[in-house]
Amino acid sequence: MDISTLTIASARAAILERRTSAVALAESFYQKIEAADKQIGAFLTLTRERALAKAAQIDAIADKGDPLPPLAGVPIAIKDVMVMRGVRSTAGSKILSNFVAPYDCTAVARLEAAGAVVLGKTNCDEFAMGSSNENSGYYPVHNPRDLSRVPGGSSGGSAAAVAAGMSVAALGSDTGGSIRQPASFCGVVGLMPTYGRVSRYGLIAFASSLDHIGPLTKTVNDAAILLKHIAGRDPLDSTSAEVPVPDYEREIEKPVRGLRLGVPREYFGEGLDPEVRAAVEAAIQKMAQIGCEVVPISLPHTRYAVPTYYVIATAEASSNLARFDGVRYGYRSPQAGTLSEMYRRSRDQGFGAEAKRRIMLGTYVLSAGYYDAYYLKAQRVRALLTRDFEAAFQRVDAIVTPTSPTPAFKLGEKCDDPLAMYLADIYTVTADLAGVPGVSVPCGESKEGLPIGLQILGRHFDEGTVIRLAHVYERARSG
Amino acid sequence: MATSQDTRAAVRAHYEPVIGLEVHVHLLTASKIFCSCSTRFGDPPNANVCPVCLGLPGALPVLNQQAVQFATLAAMALNCRINERSIFARKNYFYPDLPKGYQVSQYDKPLAEFGWIEVPATGGGAKKIGITRVHLEEDAGKSLHEGFPDSYDHTYLDLNRCGVPLIEIVSEPDLRSPEEAYEYLTRLKEIILYTGVSDCNMEEGSLRCDANISVRPAGQREFGTKTEIKNVNSFRFIRQALEYEIERHITVIESGGRIVQETRLFNSNEGKTYGMRSKEEAHDYRYFPEPDLLPLVVDAAWQRQIRALLPELPAARRARMMREYSLTEDDVYTLTRTQGMADQFEEAARAAKNPKRVANLVIGDLLGRLKAQGLEIEQSPISMKGVAMSADLVESGAISGKILKDLYDKAFERKEDFPAIYEKEKPRQITDTAAIEKMIDEVIAANPKQVEQYRAGKTTMKGFFVGQVMKASKGQANPALVNELLDKKLS
Repeated sequence: MDISTLTIASARAAILERRTSAVALAESFYQKIEAADKQIGAFLTLTRERALAKAAQIDAIADKGDPLPPLAGVPIAIKDVMVMRGVRSTAGSKILSNFVAPYDCTAVARLEAAGAVVLGKTNCDEFAMGSSNENSGYYPVHNPRDLSRVPGGSSGGSAAAVAAGMSVAALGSDTGGSIRQPASFCGVVGLMPTYGRVSRYGLIAFASSLDHIGPLTKTVNDAAILLKHIAGRDPLDSTSAEVPVPDYEREIEKPVRGLRLGVPREYFGEGLDPEVRAAVEAAIQKMAQIGCEVVPISLPHTRYAVPTYYVIATAEASSNLARFDGVRYGYRSPQAGTLSEMYRRSRDQGFGAEAKRRIMLGTYVLSAGYYDAYYLKAQRVRALLTRDFEAAFQRVDAIVTPTSPTPAFKLGEKCDDPLAMYLADIYTVTADLAGVPGVSVPCGESKEGLPIGLQILGRHFDEGTVIRLAHVYERARSG
Repeated sequence: MATSQDTRAAVRAHYEPVIGLEVHVHLLTASKIFCSCSTRFGDPPNANVCPVCLGLPGALPVLNQQAVQFATLAAMALNCRINERSIFARKNYFYPDLPKGYQVSQYDKPLAEFGWIEVPATGGGAKKIGITRVHLEEDAGKSLHEGFPDSYDHTYLDLNRCGVPLIEIVSEPDLRSPEEAYEYLTRLKEIILYTGVSDCNMEEGSLRCDANISVRPAGQREFGTKTEIKNVNSFRFIRQALEYEIERHITVIESGGRIVQETRLFNSNEGKTYGMRSKEEAHDYRYFPEPDLLPLVVDAAWQRQIRALLPELPAARRARMMREYSLTEDDVYTLTRTQGMADQFEEAARAAKNPKRVANLVIGDLLGRLKAQGLEIEQSPISMKGVAMSADLVESGAISGKILKDLYDKAFERKEDFPAIYEKEKPRQITDTAAIEKMIDEVIAANPKQVEQYRAGKTTMKGFFVGQVMKASKGQANPALVNELLDKKLS
């Protein structure tokens, strides 16, 4: 069996039909990881014991002939921002290099309860802050499609693990594009659900009002399957919504004919790579052929999205990261004589440059005398951006755009230019700010063979329409 | 040196103190404000902790509804307006016993605002003290600097208290003297105790108070520069600390100096305040709305439910007691110094045949004796039940007022309660036939009409004669003998 092309659906079938055992499947993925990950760097921690124990449990059920759970034996990878009981959880940061969580992230626990086998924790930008995975406190991730290039970020490890066939699927997190952008760079599907759709309990926070957990998969169908299992109200997360979860596997089979697709002109302007533009426009044309109605629209406040995002996200981050002080867990500097030295040195040595930059920015925008000019104003703009979407969704059922202005760039290319790096999120941050769901689905390749992603955004809690469109497009493109 | 005293008093009279108080009160919920850990006091360190109150990465708060209800109830008792929608905010600062690096509190949209309570004014009457706001927040843990073998260079943390629900009650700067501040705190605590949402135990830290104080020349509108006094653990010390601060402010100003706005700690052994190093208090808390919690909504229906739980509060109770038992304000204050005392009194008064007589006995016969012996009402040898019993005995004519006074004296002498004293000392019965006959003769002579009626066949009149004879004997005549002799005399 070629495991690198396995999907959730096919892995599930293989185990159900007993063409392989869950243990054998997990072992072959570990072999693959051992062979391939030295060059890619997608994993930070392998959870072999836990995975094999879980797989053995599945096999025992199968041996008895009892009904198997829906994700029985399906190997998945988890971005290291989600905690697992008894497993080191670093969020890609040195400051948590020794942190072993005493509890499980809800989304992970739900997948395991459904029978999934967690292979390990994937590399990411430190505290999910970055667009290239070069901000990992450990090592950068290389794009499996071109090892000299970045996989995108911050869920670069998850995207690379799926793209390289080292895992069937993965969970990532998206705060400004961190699922969709690496999905587009690595040529996989990345789905960011509506804010509140998936519990954040156990997700190490970067920016609480923007953080989303979501799947990275090889197919839209797989994304629908994973979403079905992780979605839904969690009493442990006050911001998780009491909204019924549809059966997404059925949702994607519904027809798309007559759906109205908005194409916002602000997403096709300056800075958009011509090859990306061509691929996305071709994709839009294809969707028109399938029977969707294409409607030019405007999201007029789009140009304020990146600055707004970097005010709100850093403000929340500066507070969320305050707990990493060397007092109770995590890294503590050995060279500290006083309390204040312990704080300063532990944080200085534990955090990387980008985390520090964002903590300083966030602290600044919340400071007395600056709060109104930055944080408060950014909240107002956020409301305007949300209104842009609400107005657009009066006229259209979904919005299609490029996921990223360019295909994957070279490692080191933007490291010294944080602003250029921030602009890599220009098409993705708006959805995080507005809290609407979005998916990135592969829509072609550049001349150099680099994947390009098509982004489809939908109404609040209407993931169904988003993935249905992505699914139909995916099928039309491959067929 | 009477003159120097006089001068100081004269100088002091030129200044008016302006005081505002911030009171933190623990709510008596079984579990913490954002997790299900126990709030029990005195458990071994770090016994009641979980990922949420430890602030572990990824853990999220879930609001305890009971805490909201208690906070709202307290705010209603303080005459506040409840904001239907209030917002939790993060107060950011670094401290080892603050695991998240921020305290979840409320800032620009608190749970309740615009309240007031009344305190006895210095010159008599009542004065309204405004309550700016009541908001809900979580407590921090405790740093243990002492008691370990390596305490000289280590600090230990006990995070049991982390996440215990608190309300902060902020007063307007309406208080004008340490005495008013003391009265305000006493009334405030009493109201909170009546609502039952806190035990207000200062030793266990479930009531804590910070004071803001400034002075200004009498008649000036603008406030002077204020200092904040922290770390004071009794109302008496607050009064003392404020006295000290007022004198200090005046001395500084009089000598041409300027008050530095700062936080000062009160040392109760020395009775002085000391400024903290300004570096330690250079805080910019960078408040912003807590993104992990939804806005707190206490809608009209919930407010109605909570309001229905409001008990009769001290002020209303005192007014009612004044009416019901015809008492003076001073008397009522004495009887209601604690809720327990007031409850006992009212229970006794209601059980007695004549409630007003119970009140009169307490005020007229009990309090005087207590005062003479320098006793508090809680230390009284005669309980409220005893007072009620004595009231009934007087009411039925079984004992006279004079005997009651004798019995009260004996109870105070021997430190025994009234029922015990009465049992031992109750007046001996008169069994002397001649003496009783003499009394009967007198009663017959004094009531010829009734005798006529009785002899005409109205035998129910007999009870009247028995009563009269018992009364004449001050309850001491043997009732059986009275009956027997009456039958003989009336036939």
